[in-house]
Amino acid sequence: MTDLSQSSTTDLGHQSSARSSRTYAVFLMAGLAILVVAPLFFYPIFLMKLLCFALFACAFNLLLGYTGLLSFGHATFFGGAAYFTAHAVKVWGWTPELGILLGVAGAAGLGLVMGFVAIRRQGIYFAMITLALSQMFFFFCLQAGFTQGEDGIQQVPRGHLFGVIDLSVSTNMYYFVLSVFVIGLLIIWRFINSPFGMILKSIRENEARATSLGYSVARYKLGAFVMSAALAGLAGGVKALVFQFATLTDVAWQMSGEVILMTLLGGIGTLIGPIFGAGLVVTLQNYLATSDFPVTIITGVVFMVCVLLFRRGIIGEFYASRLGRSLGFEHRH
Amino acid sequence: MKPLLEVRGLNAWYGESHVLHGVDMTVGEGEMVTILGRNGVGKTTTLRTIMGILRERKGQIMFDGRDMMGVPLHRTAHAGIGFVPEERGIFATLTVEENLMLPPVVAGDGMSVNEIYDLFPNLQERRQSPGTKLSGGEQQMLAIARILRTGVRLLILDEPTEGLAPVIVQRIGEVLKKLKERGITVLLVEQNFRFASRVADRFYLMDHGQMVADFPVRELPERMDMLHSVLGV
Amino acid sequence: MTMIFGIPVQAFLGQLLIGLINGSFYALLSLGLAVIFGLLRVINFAHGAQYMLGAFVALLLLQYFGINYWLALFLAPVIVGLLGALIERSMLSRLYKLDHLYGLLFTFGLALTIEGTFRYLYGAAGQPYSVPSALAGGTNLGFMFLPIYRGWVVVISLIACIGTWLLIEKTKLGSYLRAATENAVLVQAFGVNVPLLLTFTYGFGAALAAFAGVLAAPIYQVSPLMGSNLIIVVFAVVVVGGMGSIMGAIITGYMLGIAEGLTKVFYPEASNIVIFVIMAIVLLIRPAGLFGRDA
Repeated sequence: MTDLSQSSTTDLGHQSSARSSRTYAVFLMAGLAILVVAPLFFYPIFLMKLLCFALFACAFNLLLGYTGLLSFGHATFFGGAAYFTAHAVKVWGWTPELGILLGVAGAAGLGLVMGFVAIRRQGIYFAMITLALSQMFFFFCLQAGFTQGEDGIQQVPRGHLFGVIDLSVSTNMYYFVLSVFVIGLLIIWRFINSPFGMILKSIRENEARATSLGYSVARYKLGAFVMSAALAGLAGGVKALVFQFATLTDVAWQMSGEVILMTLLGGIGTLIGPIFGAGLVVTLQNYLATSDFPVTIITGVVFMVCVLLFRRGIIGEFYASRLGRSLGFEHRH
Repeated sequence: MKPLLEVRGLNAWYGESHVLHGVDMTVGEGEMVTILGRNGVGKTTTLRTIMGILRERKGQIMFDGRDMMGVPLHRTAHAGIGFVPEERGIFATLTVEENLMLPPVVAGDGMSVNEIYDLFPNLQERRQSPGTKLSGGEQQMLAIARILRTGVRLLILDEPTEGLAPVIVQRIGEVLKKLKERGITVLLVEQNFRFASRVADRFYLMDHGQMVADFPVRELPERMDMLHSVLGV
Repeated sequence: MTMIFGIPVQAFLGQLLIGLINGSFYALLSLGLAVIFGLLRVINFAHGAQYMLGAFVALLLLQYFGINYWLALFLAPVIVGLLGALIERSMLSRLYKLDHLYGLLFTFGLALTIEGTFRYLYGAAGQPYSVPSALAGGTNLGFMFLPIYRGWVVVISLIACIGTWLLIEKTKLGSYLRAATENAVLVQAFGVNVPLLLTFTYGFGAALAAFAGVLAAPIYQVSPLMGSNLIIVVFAVVVVGGMGSIMGAIITGYMLGIAEGLTKVFYPEASNIVIFVIMAIVLLIRPAGLFGRDA
């Protein structure tokens, strides 16, 4: 049985050679440079959407690719945080950074509760439980007062960052989002390479052995779950400010499915794969939004094709390709 | 004596691990052949590879002149080979009778259900019980009995006496003798070579994934010293 | 007007009947999921879409070929079952050797594709399918008014559930299925064509879902969306029941349907989520599920 997370490649944790880590650093620098100048070439809103979903997907991959747990309910954290942040900023008048922090805290709390219940089972059951719990949250959002039901929370003000920087100016907002994105990635990187992350890795590779060594596997999994939820919440809270609304779409199961697709397409278990996956999916959605073409069908077909033929995802395939291997990336599958 | 099963240069792998390194063996029609060897040398693997359960394999397996390498697992029994695994494989969610009737009849000369119940009266008595409610010995009888119904020509048995009381072991020996009388060919893996010496015609000795010796039962006395040193009994 | 627990008897029994009907669908659908999962170890996310397909096939058979409900009750499951078998043979079977989550992801993609296609062709609105004349109308039982079709649904789905149970527990084919669930390799070694058995099982599961869809058509409208929210509830039902037993899936389905109906009477705002809440409670107390044998 091939472990879902076994498609992990070198960039998660350790580099296989000095050459690959140099190449990797170069790629990252180039990527960052591109993102810094991107607003000159692309619509800032589009880029910000991309960054939010990229962070969402990376947060999701922390749980799937790195811990080996497939959650079908991450929309709860993404959309839930969006609601919390929107409400705090619009109704309570909080500054954006505090609103986002509330979103993160709320998402972490939801993650704690959902994770606690779901961790009782493994594998497929875990996925189904997260789906069901997420649907429960969806119905709650449908009926609760503060979410404004089908309308959602509209006209969320962007406010002034730290009370000083006006985020309704596109450029300011963009660089704020970019900073949050980079911080989020750094947190993920740090987490993966921490002692906690190392133990998580050993649990993924051989849970029985980890248990016999005395580690409380459930607690570590829960920790990873909450971390993943909090970061997804970070993405959601920021998203609420970018688009200035929070709706039921953000907490629906289709959103959970979307983030899975982004991660699968980009490469489960790679650090930057989900970024590419998110980029592709967001771009495709944008392109198709204006046409009559049914996005759901394409999403479904891409899912099936990826699972059948393309499990390593874009980045995974790249690492395994001749070009990737010549650059020093280890092919592990 | 016509060879029923011929194995040449059989290699097999469990993933990356190379476990059989060119096994050569022959089993003649009507013979009862036993594979001896220490734990872990590849005896069970050989049986599973011949049967086709282990598919990462190279070499030649000829059964009744027919090349078995390309035959899918679910057609192997139809070619005439029956398998009784080490863990017996009695199904807990099936009754004794359902277990007995499960393997499809592949040839006309299998035992009828009545003949089987005559040979194993316990099974008839307990036929509505769940399969795993039987004792170890009874389960072993059931595992052998259900293959007898199918009419296979070669019966492959993996450690049939393992973990069983001497009285049951004797029963199994009698059953095997009866099979021999019916002309069924038997290939068996056995640790208990005193038992094997009472039923087998020929022995193979296996070590490190290969056959290292092959001798008929009449040569057993003179081989005892060698066996003691290799098997450590 | 007689009251029971503070509400009119009519209303109470009316909701109970609705709960029983919903329970019938939950039972049928979780049965199909359990049968597929037991042997294939795949969670068939497309089950909801296959349910929807059953309803649509019945509708289209009527619209284009004039084929009535009674024939559709037989034909739609056969058609959807064959389609399912085709998908299993050509695609799903390649995933068995991988992590079981890939099967879930594949069937998820399949569900999206099927629903997306029908959404594209027919829009999101529902289309009506009339109750067959033989089952139209209702009878007055004194304490309540019983629509005949709804009574029919409860009875026939119970028959279908029990029939499936008998097929699995009491027939030769069922013994192959049960044995293969325990040890597929050994059953193959005996000469049983297990790959074909797997195909048949998936097709049968899809057919059960389609059968439920045809039953549902006259009650709920035939809409491309009818499967997707339902399937999530069925997942919860299956988690509560535990996937070890067929009978467990059936009983749990009916029980949870009734629980949902009762909640609607006494605490309507929670009726959407009561099954999920029960699921959470069961998970905390007895993770394997009420009837589960831990996998």
